[in-house]
Order: sequence, then C-alpha cells, then structure tokens
Amino acid sequence: MGIKAIQEEIVDEFSMFEDWMQRYEYMIELGKSLPLINEKYKTEDNIIKGCQSKVWVHAELEEDKLVFTADSDAIITKGIIAILIRAFSNQKPQDIIDADTEFIDEIGLKEHLSPTRANGLVSMVKQLKLYAVAYQTQLN
Amino acid sequence: MLDVLKIRNDFPILNREVNGKPLVYLDNAATSQTPQQVIDVIVDYYSRYNANIHRGVHALSQEATDMYEQARLKIQAHFNMEKSHEVIFTSGTTHGINLIANGFSSIIKEGDEILVSAMEHHSNIVPWQMLAERTGAVLKVIPMNDEGELLMDEYDQLLSNNTKLVFCNHVSNALGTVNPIAEIIKKAHEVGAAVLVDGAQASPHIKADVQQLDVDFYTVSAHKMCGPTGVGVLYGKDEWLNKLPPYQGGGEMIAEVTFEKTTYADLPHKFEAGTPNICGGIAFGAALDYMNNLGFDEIATYENELLEYATQKLLQIEGLRIYGTAKEKTSVISFNIEGIHPYDIGTILDKLGIAVRTGHHCAQPIMDFYGIPGTVRASFSFYNTKEEVDKLVEGVERARTMLV
Repeated sequence: MGIKAIQEEIVDEFSMFEDWMQRYEYMIELGKSLPLINEKYKTEDNIIKGCQSKVWVHAELEEDKLVFTADSDAIITKGIIAILIRAFSNQKPQDIIDADTEFIDEIGLKEHLSPTRANGLVSMVKQLKLYAVAYQTQLN
Repeated sequence: MLDVLKIRNDFPILNREVNGKPLVYLDNAATSQTPQQVIDVIVDYYSRYNANIHRGVHALSQEATDMYEQARLKIQAHFNMEKSHEVIFTSGTTHGINLIANGFSSIIKEGDEILVSAMEHHSNIVPWQMLAERTGAVLKVIPMNDEGELLMDEYDQLLSNNTKLVFCNHVSNALGTVNPIAEIIKKAHEVGAAVLVDGAQASPHIKADVQQLDVDFYTVSAHKMCGPTGVGVLYGKDEWLNKLPPYQGGGEMIAEVTFEKTTYADLPHKFEAGTPNICGGIAFGAALDYMNNLGFDEIATYENELLEYATQKLLQIEGLRIYGTAKEKTSVISFNIEGIHPYDIGTILDKLGIAVRTGHHCAQPIMDFYGIPGTVRASFSFYNTKEEVDKLVEGVERARTMLV
C-alpha cells in the first residue's frame, strides 16, 4: 500500500472516535503495545535532542524500501510515532521524500506536530525525510 | 483575608476557555497573569504619552520620563533599596545576571572560586561557567539533600579566602525551596565574597528587603509579579555598581563621547544603554502597586494554604511523588507519577484546560540529582482557588488512569 492510501486508512480509523479522550486512549494503546525499535538502536546517536521526551529513530534499507524503527520514553509521543511509522515505513525513499503529513491535522493531532511543541515529533519527521534523501542518493 | 473571587475579576485572562474547558492556570512560576489595572497602564502609555525618555524637551518626553522615574522609585521603595540609582532596569533576571557576570570578568582572577547552589536555574549557572572559562576561576557547587534543601555545613566547608562570588536563588523554580539567603550572605561576607541572589521566583511571594539582607546584588523579572515580560530590575549596592565596568555601550549610558574617549554616565544610566522598555518599566511599577495593595503577608498566607491543600490532595494519588519537600517552600509543587512520563501528564492536563509546566524547568542538574527526565510542576498564585486545585487533582487522577 502506498503512503497516501495508508494515511487515508488512518484518517478513516480516527473518524470513528467521538472525542479527544477516545483518540488519546487509542494512541496510548498504540504506545503501550508496540515494540517499535530494537534496544540496540536506542543509542545516543539515534536520539533526537532538545525535547522533553526522548525520541530515537533508526533507519535501514531493505531492498528498495526504507524501514524505520523508533521509540520514545513518553507514551503519547510513542503512540504518534507508531502512527508515523505505519505511514512512512517500508516505503520507497522517493515516496517518503514526496509525502506530506497533513493527515496528522485531519486526525486531530495537529498540536503534536507543531514546530514549537517540545516533543521531538517535528524533528523526527524531518529525520525520516533526511534518511530518505540519504538512501535515495545511495540508490541512485 | 484576600477576597479571591473579587481578585479574579481583575484578571480578564482567567475567564477564557482552553480546549473547551475553563482555563485553570497553574503555571505561575513560569509567568504570572496580568491584572486589568496593569493592562490599563500599558494602554494608557501608548494612548497618551508614548515618547522616548531622558532626552526630549517636549511635553510627552517629560511625562514619559517622569512616569518611568516614578516607577524606579516604587521599585526602590518595594525592595527597600537605599538609593534610587541602585535600581538598574534590565530586560529581566537573566539580563541582570549576565550584566554582573560580565562585570566581574575584570575582577575575577585565575584560581578564584565561585560558588553556585545545586538548585540553580540554567540562567544562574551558564553565565558563571562562562565567567569561569574566561578568567580561569573555579566553579564549585553547594550540594543539597533529598528534600531539596542546601547543605549549609557543606557550604561552610566550601567557603574560603579564595571565594570571590556566591550565587544562589532566593527560591528554587523547580522545587519551590526558600533558601536561607540571609545566612548565605552573612557567611560569604565573612570571607569577603560578594553575593548575587536570583530573586525571580521569590519576588511574587516574598518581599525582599535588600538592606536588611545586606545582599550585594538581587535580580528580578516583572512578569513573575503581575507585570509585563521583557523588563526586570537588577539591584546592586552602589559601591559595587560604581566599581563594575559598563555592560553594553550605546546611547543613554554616556556622559561625553569623542572618537578618542568616552566618559560614562553616572548610575544608573551607565548600565542602561539604549532606549529601555519604557512602558514595561512603568507597568512594572503599577504591578508592584497592585500586589502591595493586596499585601504580601496576605498573599503568602493564602498561597501557603493553597500549597498545603494541594500537597495533601495530590499525595493521595497512587504512585505520586513530590520533588522538593523543604520545610520552607513557596506554592510550587513538582511531581511525577511512577512509571509515567511528565510530558504525558502535561498533555492530558492541557486537554482538560489545565496549564502546568512539564520538563526539566531549565534546571537539569536538579533532574540529574533525582535521576528523572523532568517533572510536572503546578505553581499557584493568589488568584488560584481550592476548586482549581481540585480540578488539577481530578485531572492528574484521570491522566494516571489513562496512562498507567
């Protein structure tokens, strides 16, 4: 499935929630249940700095697709990471470079991707795209 | 007794909603809200007599200068400073600290020792580290115990004839501890060291008397005491202020300028280069009037009541730990719930319209001391109510249920 289709699927899922409580409960569930990264990749190098919650991101190429794993020590942040990974991981680097993140707004989590929010998610998205650019260059 | 419900009517912002819920503002240690009386002064300034000060011969300039200088006198009186030129207007506490750190560059020598307390805000650590790097001086730390109280015996051990400067906050922003600054100052003076006290967090709760404290420098920000952001005051004993070199060059701070030589203006203008935050200074004076009309004793009594009520209620929540349990505390509660990241609690509280601070509170060494990434900090002001404390407690309980 392409990034756009996955994003639409996520938007559909979230449209079933009636209020913020349900949305957050869902994200907390996502945050609690998913093992998002191999412990050995939770290194200082993979930390996105300057945020209240720690965010780790790791990327590797599998054939022509980029696979992301990530984690956070804050559970709501981790829930959003789970959503971002679902949308962006296992995709071709060029598609990741071209993709937008407006679906986050549509599912009512816009504030978490505000550039001024100190949770590391904006930097994380930037980091995903930087990895995609780097690996795209490698593929070329 | 404060009539809190009546007082709340002075603060228009307290009527607003956040995320569809009435705002519960418990981030007062970050910045306090502004009463209508102060907002009116700001509007009045820009509506009637906005002009540059100390220079113009025209009526508006004279009016603005008079009002600005009146504010200086109010600040002098509030902190019981001996002379009005000991009031240096700054952009805030951080500016005041940097001004002194910079000034001491020419006084501090290699091998001199600078003491800072273990519970300082980054703004009272970094400038001294920079000073130590520039001069070759040694920075030493006065440690604290688990309750968040300074170890005064250790302080005694650290003091020596090499000690030239001691820096300490009056009240810790992250823990709320009221430090024994009178004793700290007295002991520092016994070895000939100067003391700078960061009064930013104390100033909304405690009326400091700089002469009685015999403190060398005391610095505050207006926005912590119902005034606007971007303005503050540095107090310095005039013998020190005369000794220290100017911080920034520019207009206002000179007596005479030729390309060969400049002579500096007298105090306080020597340290007030450029056009200051005129409106901010005047509004700071109005904010002090507002708080003094309420009365600092009454404010402290009421805030202590809120602190005790909130502490007792919060401690009933399973797994909740309070950081900073000093005997002498202002109305600040820093806490965590076992197994939950403070950021998550802050996010849920925000959804409920409750404003708290989360994170390391610009005091990473304190967080390292406790081995935590940060805390949730609720800080109460005289306009908060027990009902708001109840909402906080319900919100934290709800967050805990969702997150555990």
